[in-house]
Amino acid sequence: MIRVEGLTKSFGANQVLRGVDFEAPKATITIVIGRSGGGKSVLLKHLIGLMRPDAGRVVIDGADITRLSGRALEPVRRRYGVVFQSGALFDSLTCWDNVAFQLSETTRLSGPEIRTRVETALEQVELVGVGPKYPAEISGGMRKRVAIARALVTEPEIIFFDEPTTGLDPILVNTIHRLIQSLHRKLHFTAVMVSHEIPEIFEIADRVAMLHEGRIVEAGPPDVIQASTNPVIRQFIRGEPELSAPDPTKRST
Amino acid sequence: MTESVPRSLRPFEAIGRRTIGVVDALGRFGTFLGVALGLLVTPPFKLRAFIGRIHYIGFNSLLIILLTGSFTGMVLGLQIYVTLSRFGSEAYLGPAVALSLIRELGPVLAALMVTGRAGSALTAELGIMRISEQIDALTVMALNPFRYLVVPSILAGVISFPLMTALFDVVGIFGGYLVGVELLGLSQGTYFGEMKTFVDMKDIMTGFWKSLCFGVIVTWVATYKGFHVGHGAEGVARATTQSVVLASVLILVWDYFMGSVLP
Repeated sequence: MIRVEGLTKSFGANQVLRGVDFEAPKATITIVIGRSGGGKSVLLKHLIGLMRPDAGRVVIDGADITRLSGRALEPVRRRYGVVFQSGALFDSLTCWDNVAFQLSETTRLSGPEIRTRVETALEQVELVGVGPKYPAEISGGMRKRVAIARALVTEPEIIFFDEPTTGLDPILVNTIHRLIQSLHRKLHFTAVMVSHEIPEIFEIADRVAMLHEGRIVEAGPPDVIQASTNPVIRQFIRGEPELSAPDPTKRST
Repeated sequence: MTESVPRSLRPFEAIGRRTIGVVDALGRFGTFLGVALGLLVTPPFKLRAFIGRIHYIGFNSLLIILLTGSFTGMVLGLQIYVTLSRFGSEAYLGPAVALSLIRELGPVLAALMVTGRAGSALTAELGIMRISEQIDALTVMALNPFRYLVVPSILAGVISFPLMTALFDVVGIFGGYLVGVELLGLSQGTYFGEMKTFVDMKDIMTGFWKSLCFGVIVTWVATYKGFHVGHGAEGVARATTQSVVLASVLILVWDYFMGSVLP
């Protein structure tokens, strides 16, 4: 269970998070939605311990990670995997080495054991055969899948996804979402994703939380969020413009 | 807040804010090296990353070191010969070239060349890793990016800078030999014999300590700037420029300091 309590964060005069509260129950897919630039990625960086809040707590299975730093954070970090928005694959390593990297650096597994785990992870994301290629030699969709394989290979309890479908075409968006859903059903990890892929995320989420102006305005199962009467949520889901644009066919008088 | 400060005091407020900013940046700069040096002496050591950096900083800079070293020696040979011949002291060409190279020009010019070639590339590489979240990826894997990216670079600088400086000095002395002996007719025995008389071990050690310090300075600045890059391609470009300029200035300042402290 991941619980966020009263998280606030400012950059200079710009207050990005203004008291975020939400929960991600164990073994579910929780998706945080919200407009671009609304603080979703900042929130995720707090969840994975890359940023420290001005106030508030991030509690993962009872441990407040905002109070931990350096080596104390390492055991927590070994329990989760992260899929970054850009994939963040090491471009000097092949796809195989990218997936194997964390295993070879943080575990005492033997060479054959690492090979088996990497092969399994690449099979799970349907990428058998791309191991020897470098990230620059494969497509954007394949890079995202290698990034997912890299997050999966350590068999983490929690996986954080930072807009994993950004920059992909609609077919690939669906493919990646279906992949995440099927992996989740098979491996039962807790997934927290930030995304603005509406309406696709409603098909895979167990819970959806809407982040707006630094606060969670509503959270609940996808059907509850879709049926919400909150004007902010309705506007976001329907993709309505913030202000009614002037009709270009009408001439001002 | 600026609004609450009386107009007459605003210049002082600006100076104060700037000063705090500079002190803050210096603190971060120093802490960065402190953390790296702390990890330098604590296991686990990343041998593969270290060998990679030796290749990147040292081996890949060999050609530029050989070229600049030989031409620096040739220019020194020519200019010093012309000057010494006015006083009939051409015999001292060998020691003059060797001392100039070993004490000053070797460490400084080799460091400046490596700054331009490897320091800039190191900053750009780390900067791109930073903006493409590769450094964050290392962190969330419970792996310390300092251990993988900064420590091997600084250690490689400490090992490869003195070696490259030695190479620069040797090819420079032979460059001076080419001009002084082969072109201008000085005897070979005079060139090398007088050199043996005048160049002491302490001169060699001065050059060695300088090059060792420059190895730390260049890799420290390059990795710091790469880690603290701004946004996008422009941020990487700015950090790379700042890295080369800052490292070059620090090399010259530190050279003067060491020149006045060391015997």
